[in-house]
Amino acid sequence: MPIKNNRLTAEQYEQNFSDIHPPFDSRESALVEANRCLFCYDAPCTKSCPTSINIPKFIKQITTDNVKGSAHTIFVSNIMGAGCSRVCPVEKLCEGACVFNLLEEPPIPIARLQRYSTEMAMEKKWQLFERKPATGKKVAIVGAGPAGLSCAHVLSREGIDVTVYEKESRGGGLMTYGIAAYKVTPRFCEDEVNYITSLGGIHIKYNQELGKDLTLAELKNNYDAVFLGFGVGLARQLDIPGEELGGVVDAIKFIYDIRAGAYQQVPVGDRVAVIGMGMTAIDAATQAKRLGAKDVTLVYRRTQEEMPCTEAELDLAKLDGCRVIWLAAPAMLKGEHGKVTQLVCSLMQLGEPDTSGRRYPVATGEQFILEVDMVIKAAGQIPFSELVTASQLENTYGKVVVQTNGATNIAGVFAGGDCVNGGKEVVDAVQAGKIGAGAILEYLF
Amino acid sequence: MADISANFLGIKSPNPFWLASAPPTDKKINVLRAFEAGWGGVVWKTLGSQVKNVSSRYSALHYNGSKVMGFNNIELISDRPLELNLREIKECIKLFPDRAMIVSLMADNTREKWHELIAQVEDTGAHGLELNFGCPHGMTERGMGAVVGQDPEIARLVVEWVMEKATIPVITKLTPNVHSVVPTGKAAVEAGTNALSLINTIQSVTGIDLDTFVPNPYVAGKSVFGGYCGPAVKPIALKMLATISQDPVTSKVPVSGIGGVSTWKDAAEFMLLGATTVQVCTAAMKHGFRIVEDMCEGLNNWMDEKGFRTINDFIGRSVPHLTQWEELDINYHIVANIDQEKCIHCGLCYIACEDGSHQSIGLQYGNPYNTYTIKEEECVGCNLCMLICPVDNCITMVEQRKGPDYVNWKEYQARGLPLNDH
Repeated sequence: MPIKNNRLTAEQYEQNFSDIHPPFDSRESALVEANRCLFCYDAPCTKSCPTSINIPKFIKQITTDNVKGSAHTIFVSNIMGAGCSRVCPVEKLCEGACVFNLLEEPPIPIARLQRYSTEMAMEKKWQLFERKPATGKKVAIVGAGPAGLSCAHVLSREGIDVTVYEKESRGGGLMTYGIAAYKVTPRFCEDEVNYITSLGGIHIKYNQELGKDLTLAELKNNYDAVFLGFGVGLARQLDIPGEELGGVVDAIKFIYDIRAGAYQQVPVGDRVAVIGMGMTAIDAATQAKRLGAKDVTLVYRRTQEEMPCTEAELDLAKLDGCRVIWLAAPAMLKGEHGKVTQLVCSLMQLGEPDTSGRRYPVATGEQFILEVDMVIKAAGQIPFSELVTASQLENTYGKVVVQTNGATNIAGVFAGGDCVNGGKEVVDAVQAGKIGAGAILEYLF
Repeated sequence: MADISANFLGIKSPNPFWLASAPPTDKKINVLRAFEAGWGGVVWKTLGSQVKNVSSRYSALHYNGSKVMGFNNIELISDRPLELNLREIKECIKLFPDRAMIVSLMADNTREKWHELIAQVEDTGAHGLELNFGCPHGMTERGMGAVVGQDPEIARLVVEWVMEKATIPVITKLTPNVHSVVPTGKAAVEAGTNALSLINTIQSVTGIDLDTFVPNPYVAGKSVFGGYCGPAVKPIALKMLATISQDPVTSKVPVSGIGGVSTWKDAAEFMLLGATTVQVCTAAMKHGFRIVEDMCEGLNNWMDEKGFRTINDFIGRSVPHLTQWEELDINYHIVANIDQEKCIHCGLCYIACEDGSHQSIGLQYGNPYNTYTIKEEECVGCNLCMLICPVDNCITMVEQRKGPDYVNWKEYQARGLPLNDH
């Protein structure tokens, strides 16, 4: 059976894409966990959160029935605290640092508790922030993703009028378009964007792409400052023969289609190979399986030691029935009638450590063949080099170069998030937005 | 296997666990179930004048997710017909002759009424009487309950009336709603009571509804002070029991200990401070009669471990360990020690000592785990860090005496040693 859509019943799709981390059913169940929290001093969980959410405080506030205060504690540090509670790789951040791990006890389910407070805030539409009187200053932000929205929220609170230019027709960035649907639904992302902008003073202009519909020079002329948070977008190519064959797709495009439309409309193969072992690779592999693919194989050129995804993510893929082949690098794609049929892989072995400190894989000379009808490329994303260069931004391989406060080489232009770091977590982008906003405020006043 | 049976003034019970005078002991169906579950005895819910209860009747104190740390009631004495109670008491004694059956009494304040009630109860074959001089609500307005227990002379008078008539052992139950339980206890002993029991409930307001502003329990927009009991009152009850055990007059009679007893450990503590039996209510109301199983087994195992053959081997054993502050050894000094292998870096000891004690814990920042160490020269040995540490035996207190000899406050002053020197 070739690549096709509509493989499952509506119920099966519903079940396969339902919430993977269901929320607490009740106040009582949240309290059982919240009451376990020791309320650590100078807490390791907070120190392990890129946005430094005061976690012991927000959990304590749940136990005192001050959920409004709890949500405020979260949002004041991380305005995307609701989304982060679903997508953060908490096992390597807050929950990974929870002192209960040192007692060999399950850590406090921080993400789930964070979800409890933030979702209640969103549902009840609590207005937890108030804008200061208008300053008359205006700032343009490029990209309505986590970095841009986080920056926008801080600035608007300080009385600045913010205009956000977004190339897609919806906000949220990779949160909306690049993360597995069983973690956050498109509907949730929309609600979250609306909740953030309900503060006022943030105007998002959709379908406005930098370099196409507007230029950095125009923004600089029309606004008092500019924040760039346009992320990364282009999938890294494999640069191997046969890459142009039918059935060879980008993970980002694949995930985007799942999130932008209806599940049954997204085609998937019988035998799918996913190249890479990052979070995006996992999201692509598990979702291919959940769309009805028979066999899904993750192909990674290094070993489990070096994989970028977390153990929890790997377990997720394994539980979904995905196969993993370590030390295998794609060498060639073969096809029939213009459609991919085989993935030829080189068997690798680990050599000396590279610049990332991880041992670099080198070919052994042996090869093996994987019968496939679909190949999803998730070998990383590359920055918008052309756009960055054309905008005269100092950069390294397309990644915008900034100072610690987010300032670029152009006065009044700041940047943060994936377009600077090349692609990290949502929570890192939120923090970059906050830092950029702080620098803009200093620049303006 | 140790023998956990009790002999309280000749009233025998297979174990020292009695149910206190309260709703669990107000009718045959409950009491039979309690005896079937294994309770050693019951104090039948107070009989006396005619009353009428309200609704609601209870409220509670919850703490950090733990339900009913403290329990409060505004219920009165038995509101069932006296004849029915007497008949059922008789039936229960017949069905379980090996269990202790004590009947709690609170008659109207005349000699005749007390004599009449005592005669009626003795007719049932009950083994003992408990005088309710402690109920803090409802009856006091009518000159009964705590108003009797709060005035030693009134208590003395009533006990005298009772002793004129009673032919079975009399236990006088003391109210804690006084500055000291000793004066009333003494008066009761001098008037001839055969035993004491304590404590009754403590007057309380458990909380206020933050929406309606009405304290609880709620009765049509109003509330009243209730009687507080449960685990929260145990430390107060133990202290009051200890004062009875220390006093030369009151220590002559056996005591039944009451106040937050929930486990065999609580019971052992009451007995170590002088109680021959203990009475339980809140724990049974919360969990049912089945809790007595572990109480018996736990006490038995502990006694075996300690080499105690009967409960008399340890009753009162902790009383001599309680002394006056001025007798304490000032040269005894301990300092905290943190076992770095066990430490989970929660920082609770640090912040407690820093904000609430003597700034005796050093902090070395780490990411994400800080390292905490004791500044021994600053540590006063207060125990705070050890008490709040979430890991068993991570923080221990190590003895570092200031001198080899025993020096108490009186001696310390006499030698002119330095004061306010920390």
